[in-house]
Amino acid sequence: MVQIPEPQPAAYAAEPMGFYTDTTVCIGCKACEVACKEWNGLPARTDETAGGPAYQLSGNSYDNTGGLSGVQWRHVQFIEQFPNEDRSEGRWLMMSDVCKHCVQAGCLEVCPTNAIIRTEFDTVVIQADVCNGCRACISACPFGVIEINPVNNTAMKCTLCYDRMQAGMVPACAQACPTASIQFGPIADLRQRAQGRVDQLKAGGETRAYLYGADDSVLGGLNSFYLLVDEPEVYGLPSDPQLPSRNIPTSSTLSALGAVALGALGVVGLRKRRMDGFAAEAAAEGGGTAIVRDEPTGHVREEVRGE
Amino acid sequence: MNNAPSPTFFTESPEWGWFIVVYFFLGGIAGGLAFLGALLDLFGRQEDRRTSRIAHLIAAPLVVICLLLLVVDLNRPERFWRMMFRLDDDVLQIMFKYWSPISFGAWGVGIFGLVASLLFVGVLAETGTLPRGLAFLRRGGLGTVLTAISGLLGLFTAGYTGILLASTNRPLWADTTLLGLLFLLSGVSAAAAVLMLVGHRRAHPGTVRWLGWMDTTSSLLELAVLAIIALTVWSVVQEVLDGGWGILLIVGTILLGILIPVVLHWRPRLLGSLTVPSAALLVIAGSFVLRTVVVLASERAT
Ligand code: SF4
Ligand code: SF4
Repeated sequence: MVQIPEPQPAAYAAEPMGFYTDTTVCIGCKACEVACKEWNGLPARTDETAGGPAYQLSGNSYDNTGGLSGVQWRHVQFIEQFPNEDRSEGRWLMMSDVCKHCVQAGCLEVCPTNAIIRTEFDTVVIQADVCNGCRACISACPFGVIEINPVNNTAMKCTLCYDRMQAGMVPACAQACPTASIQFGPIADLRQRAQGRVDQLKAGGETRAYLYGADDSVLGGLNSFYLLVDEPEVYGLPSDPQLPSRNIPTSSTLSALGAVALGALGVVGLRKRRMDGFAAEAAAEGGGTAIVRDEPTGHVREEVRGE
Repeated sequence: MNNAPSPTFFTESPEWGWFIVVYFFLGGIAGGLAFLGALLDLFGRQEDRRTSRIAHLIAAPLVVICLLLLVVDLNRPERFWRMMFRLDDDVLQIMFKYWSPISFGAWGVGIFGLVASLLFVGVLAETGTLPRGLAFLRRGGLGTVLTAISGLLGLFTAGYTGILLASTNRPLWADTTLLGLLFLLSGVSAAAAVLMLVGHRRAHPGTVRWLGWMDTTSSLLELAVLAIIALTVWSVVQEVLDGGWGILLIVGTILLGILIPVVLHWRPRLLGSLTVPSAALLVIAGSFVLRTVVVLASERAT
């Protein structure tokens, strides 16, 4: 049975850091998207990059950047919920999405070049100078975060501004966010703050408020976690994200059993054919068998006399 | 997305396209050939070696093509070496992650290519194309060991590609643990078909009959595995195989690639001398359709 190593919390030089995104105060201004593009030198979506011609409106609410990609490391979602024709009731959910910097990160698990690393801040970073573009991480991320950046042809995503953090600065998006929907800090502090906000919202009547990824039930904890007021799926988040390695032990065992069965079938087939041959030829010639040696292989075997 | 049948529908496609489809297809055949060749060499009779030689002669070039496909599919092909080596403080180290199928696959297929090439050289020496002195690669203890290793790595190469797909978070691929077994069975049946197609005139009738038996049993097992996948993850299968993919799989793989060839093996006189080659061609095509549908249908799913 294949044993998959459990991701162990490393002895961090620094405290685990991350984002807490309170979706209830997001106003959809996209300052985070712009700040991220500015700081990280990411191009707009054009023909040459992903997602079609530049400046084309999607027709999907105010969302014209589509989703996270190799050139789009922050993405603000607009979810319009108007159940009645007359729009007499309803709400508009907004959420700034980003890499979750999972404690158990699928992308990091599968990367065959070790281009994806866990930093001293417990964040997950892809080293563009190592990645060879196999794209395994793209299919491994349970949230669809990573894509190839067509500028350098490597897999890219949010680094949680690793360069800024090393210099003691706040990530560009969190700094730009005018409503403090995106908050940055030590995970322990953020969790406390977020729980306080959930309690406050509940006391105010918003009973649907809850935290997604703030405890270790989701992939060991998400270092970028969210305060949501609807099912995760409404925000394009899976309720039960999984690690890609979950399937390896069973898949390998089943394949190995299949291999053994095929081997057995093959050997049985060859033996049976030999026995049938003996029987037929013995019946025809009334002869016996002789021990001979196969020349090229040197295998010793029985053979019908006179063959 | 609210009613997605599985969390795998929230993910992004890796854009594994035709290179990967062809790689999975040829890798399955190469692996199956090495496995069948090894069985014939190690457990067969003298006259089977005509066929096992053909198996080794086709397997090695196919693995080389597979490795090339793996390289050209990368977005940065010039960094392929990083799949197998890494620089640690400027010292070159082995890069190997046994829990990452891409990593252990690159090593497995690489070593398979090496061993298959040795056997290829050995066969050419046996037949006199290369200096006969090199025939030691096919003889004695060394020959037996190389043949056994190539057979095992062949099985690995045919099957690990399905495990690779399972080790993602993509629709269908990660929703079942049976793709490795499925690809293994389909690779072996396609390889038996290739040997029947290429070698049936020169092969001993007994060898052809055995190949037919291997082809039929693995095809029927493949059908059973397909049925189990459909039954166990029906809602995912329905969603992913929508829009023609399901029909392609049913017609291309199940009907033309499995059921009709099984009938042809069962009634060998049906098409006269064309029976064996037509059954073989259908099995090979069915195996290609299987890889195409499994890879591309999931690629297109949101
Ligand atoms: S969200 Fe995806 S890309 Fe980000 S760390 Fe987790 S698995 Fe990796
Ligand atoms: S695309 Fe790059 S970062 Fe992603 S798994 Fe492959 S080598 Fe690693």
